Amino acid sequence: MRDLHLITTEVNGTQHELVVESRRTLADMLREDLGLTGTHLGCEHGICGACTVLLDGEPVRACLVFGVQADGKQVRTVEDLADGEQLSPLQQAFSKHHALQCGFCTPGFLMLAESYLASRPAADKTEIREVVASNLCRCTGYQGIVDAIHEVATAQQAGPVQP
Amino acid sequence: MTTTARTAPQTWVGQRVPRREDDRLVRGAGHFTDDVQAPNALHAAFVRSAIAAGTILSIDVAPALEVPGVHAVLTAADLGDPRLRAVLERPGFVATDMPLLASSRVRYCGEPIAVVLAEDPYCAEDGADAVLVDIDAHPAPVSIDDAGRHPLHDEAPDGVLVDLQMFEDESIEQALADSALVLEEGFRSARVNAAPMECRSVVADVDRRSGQLVVHLSTQVPHQVRSGIAQALGVAEHGIRVIAPDVGGGFGLKCVVGREEVVAAAAARRLGRAVRWSEDRVESLTASFTGHEQRYRVRAGFDADGRLTAIDADVEADIGAYSAYPFTCGVEPLMACTELPGVYRVGRYAARGRGYTTAKCPTAPYRGVSRPQIVLVMERLMDKAAARLGLDPIEIRRRNLITEFPYTGPNLITYEPGSYLESLERCEAAIDDAGWRRRAAQPAAGERYGIGIACFSERSAYGTPTMGARRMGMTPGYDVAHVRMDPTGHVTVTTGTCGHGQGHETTFAQIVADQLGITPDEVRIRQGDTDLSSYGWGTFASRSLVIGGTAIRNASVSLAESLKRVASDVLEADPRDISLRDGNAVIDNVVVPISELAARVHFRAHEHPDQPDHLLEARGESDPDGCFSNATHAALVRIDEGTGHVQVEDYIVVEDCGVVVNPMIVDGQVRGGVAQGIACALLEHLEYADDGQPLSGSFMDYLVPTACEIPEISIHHLETRNDGNPLGAKGMGEGGTIGAPAAVLSAVNDALRGTGAQLDCIPVLPHQVRAALHGDGSTSEETA
Repeated sequence: MRDLHLITTEVNGTQHELVVESRRTLADMLREDLGLTGTHLGCEHGICGACTVLLDGEPVRACLVFGVQADGKQVRTVEDLADGEQLSPLQQAFSKHHALQCGFCTPGFLMLAESYLASRPAADKTEIREVVASNLCRCTGYQGIVDAIHEVATAQQAGPVQP
Repeated sequence: MTTTARTAPQTWVGQRVPRREDDRLVRGAGHFTDDVQAPNALHAAFVRSAIAAGTILSIDVAPALEVPGVHAVLTAADLGDPRLRAVLERPGFVATDMPLLASSRVRYCGEPIAVVLAEDPYCAEDGADAVLVDIDAHPAPVSIDDAGRHPLHDEAPDGVLVDLQMFEDESIEQALADSALVLEEGFRSARVNAAPMECRSVVADVDRRSGQLVVHLSTQVPHQVRSGIAQALGVAEHGIRVIAPDVGGGFGLKCVVGREEVVAAAAARRLGRAVRWSEDRVESLTASFTGHEQRYRVRAGFDADGRLTAIDADVEADIGAYSAYPFTCGVEPLMACTELPGVYRVGRYAARGRGYTTAKCPTAPYRGVSRPQIVLVMERLMDKAAARLGLDPIEIRRRNLITEFPYTGPNLITYEPGSYLESLERCEAAIDDAGWRRRAAQPAAGERYGIGIACFSERSAYGTPTMGARRMGMTPGYDVAHVRMDPTGHVTVTTGTCGHGQGHETTFAQIVADQLGITPDEVRIRQGDTDLSSYGWGTFASRSLVIGGTAIRNASVSLAESLKRVASDVLEADPRDISLRDGNAVIDNVVVPISELAARVHFRAHEHPDQPDHLLEARGESDPDGCFSNATHAALVRIDEGTGHVQVEDYIVVEDCGVVVNPMIVDGQVRGGVAQGIACALLEHLEYADDGQPLSGSFMDYLVPTACEIPEISIHHLETRNDGNPLGAKGMGEGGTIGAPAAVLSAVNDALRGTGAQLDCIPVLPHQVRAALHGDGSTSEETA
């Protein structure tokens, strides 16, 4: 007998009612049940961070969170970053600084940076490098990722402070 | 006709054009294999051997069939025992079969024995856990020295699958005897995993409409996979369509054919349903392809001035349990023996290369293929000789570098012009400018600094002549491109190369845009689909730009000629006087838009009877004979004397890959490669227990570097044009990985100067550094 649960969750601003097995991960729920394949699975044991999404604004490894844990909560994935055709400042900066090659780890880094800059808008490069070390990239050597996030942090400092 | 012109750079080649790939990838809209929708698909999970070597006594699948959601369990017998067979047609090579599923013997922990197909991946794993396999365990060979004691293949009772006396020289003993200094040294590198962030993945299904077996998979080499599947399953190649969608990194791991992917294809045919499998990281680390476990014994002679007189090398590779298809287990020993002397002149040269079978995952080519090792060997020899002869490390390199081109060495390779000496001197200047020597001379308490340097060349773009000399069962080399202009003047290009992060869609579009006078945005690159492109060899060995890019350029040149011919009708001019630029065909001040020409050719063909085939379509080929980019790398490391931790503080690359098509992409390749090289030098090693059990089963055990282990890397470009192709470009995708292990190891040893200890094995781990600093001063040959 499968252990099924009815949950209600808001993903990228849309309410969903879902029946999920207790052992189903949030990553599989997002990818398979909701078709949000931007969240990638790189290791399924919480190290690489490719599956990083925001759960009530906090970055989590979607491979280490069960779908049922999203019951009554808000989930935000990479698909929510752009405003239609308009890429977010982080997405633009990643492309400008060649912060991605194969692009598989990119959604995880973007979501990590999204939450980090929300809590620490004036981050310096050393801090950014330490936070970026939460996730793994095998292509870029990280420099472009650090530079991209730093550029957005610098722009945030210069611009109006977000409420 | 119009006189408007768009502003464009003089040439697109050379510009930092932002990547066309990025928009979808930053949106999470990339389409990787596991994102491929296959309604009603069965999910595969493999039953894998828990024993490193043994005889299979029984496989009981019945309990698995009782598991809810399990649809079928297949063994080798169910599939007709299909096999992959990689062949090297030369004496000293023993061909062996790699069964898709083991049926009689198992040869490494993790070897697939059966596949469970279920309604979801959770049920499939439940089913795999329920299959009962009884194996009579044999002693497992887990090292080169064990290979002959416990041979894995009946065809190779000595445990040696490849033994090649590549170069012999009867006068080498005399040359060594006459040398002022003879070094006898041993070097080792550990077994490593390429660890692309996307593991292997496959979705196979039979398309009812075409009857084709359609296989989506994460690969660098779609056509080779198609050939492998066709041969293993006995199917005509046109009955199979292999598609590589977005590929999340490969680094060589995905340029061989995996048995699990072929099993998925076979299961889809047999069951009449889509079958999907995505390798998890545990499988990737413990049961997938590996690389680089090698041992060198080298004798090197130097004269009193520090000039290399002779090298006698014995290269031994632990190739794991099987020869991977199609490159074989010969790939690393062959490469090492052929290219060991690298950028240095050497009078006499002898080299033997062997590959031993052990009960570990098979080796595949890994980014750099033996060059990280041979460069490490040569650079260590230079450093050791310099120390013994009282020479500066840079001076001894300067005295030995090849400086006159073309140069043909005793390894029978001809090096075309490069900037070997200039890159060394530029790097030396950059070290001074960065103040490394001052920093190294002023360590804080409990710290040591070291500076290391590595000079190397990177042979790439192996065409048919070079690959033919290897005598593989199939010879990669050429590539073919097609360029087609549609009635709107936009272009679609197909290539047989297959990118996995290298930015082909951007770089190739820059090349086409220059030839046709359009913008890269008007060019669409299609790759990774065997039904779209002619047979092509995919992307490995830094071949794509040089071979694939040249084929694309050649096709574009033909298409440009066709366009000019049409323009000459319209403009009533000699086609030789017409140029294509800014979206127009131009003669003097008269212009006609290329889009107008394209529309005419397609829609009003009767007005252009001289246009061949009435289509703006062209084919281009390329099959060069290899080329050499070159570089000098330098690393500044800091050692914590208390913990033995080595931190790479700063890094300099001076590289020359000929004409740089997109500097942003080249820099990215260099940085990513250096990161992998630093990882090989300081972190990554797959460990096995004495009975062959893999011990590195997660990223907790197998340490891929994070942003904190990789410094900022300054890159300086030199540009020695490659006259072997019209682009002037040389391959460069592996160089970062090739130079970094040697530069970092050299720096670590520089930091250890005065201790009497030298480390000649990678990775260099903290406890070895501590032992070197505080121990008995002996070398740590037994490690790694």
